[in-house]
Amino acid sequence: MSLAQGLFYLMSFIAVASALFVAATKNLVRAIFLFFITLFALAGLYVLALADFIAITQIVIYVGGILVLILFAFMLSGRETLNTLGQQNNKLITVSKLPALLLAALFLIVLINMITTAGPDNLVWIKKSVQLKNDIQANAAMTENIGINLMTRYLLPFEAISILLMIALIGAAHLSRKEQRI
Amino acid sequence: MISPTDFMVVSAVLFCIGLYMIVSKRNAIQVLIGIELMLNGAILNLVAFGKYDRFNNGGQIFALFAIVLAAATTAVALAIILNVYRQYKTIDPGKVNNLGDQ
Repeated sequence: MSLAQGLFYLMSFIAVASALFVAATKNLVRAIFLFFITLFALAGLYVLALADFIAITQIVIYVGGILVLILFAFMLSGRETLNTLGQQNNKLITVSKLPALLLAALFLIVLINMITTAGPDNLVWIKKSVQLKNDIQANAAMTENIGINLMTRYLLPFEAISILLMIALIGAAHLSRKEQRI
Repeated sequence: MISPTDFMVVSAVLFCIGLYMIVSKRNAIQVLIGIELMLNGAILNLVAFGKYDRFNNGGQIFALFAIVLAAATTAVALAIILNVYRQYKTIDPGKVNNLGDQ
């Protein structure tokens, strides 16, 4: 087992375990801070998939942006949410959670079955890409290539997403301002 | 090296945990975290297969787009949650069961 493989198993274990904790814990603030750990572990997985720029983007946008936003909204929403959270019963598996658990477990079985039947290691285009030396090597610096591609080949999606981001920002600012009574 | 199957299994597990959170949680912020988990599972697949595309970088660039879209989604969803809290004094999605004008 090489070092990369060991790191992969470590990172995926951390990601899955902290995601399970996020799903199981009753404390909302603790769930949010455990979600931090999941996102950091996922950034590590991106590095192991040789996508270093995506990993940095993940840390900057998710950890720096989204999680701070969630914490901020949690603090703005007041004492009421904390009170309603405290009233839930403390058993790990209750009858009301059973359908959700069943749904998720069955869906996981379906997904794993699909992955094993599809066999993504032996796909034709992946083999061809390895043959043509089109796969990313471990010592390659891909950020420059990503920048060039972003400004040439993927310019239209880039512009579309920038417009969509602006619309979402204006919409969020409009939705969250204080309502004026007329 | 690490095979795509391993990445796909990890992302399937993350996706199912997110699905469980969306269905079972009774707090809109936790439902939102579940949605983020599902999105991250999908992005992990994009990145894992983007490894086999050195010249065009399709997977990695669309993973970037998905991350940006997730940020936009979260901003709007949190604004909506704040408004729902102001209107109903609760953020339990099961208890929001009438329209805003009454």
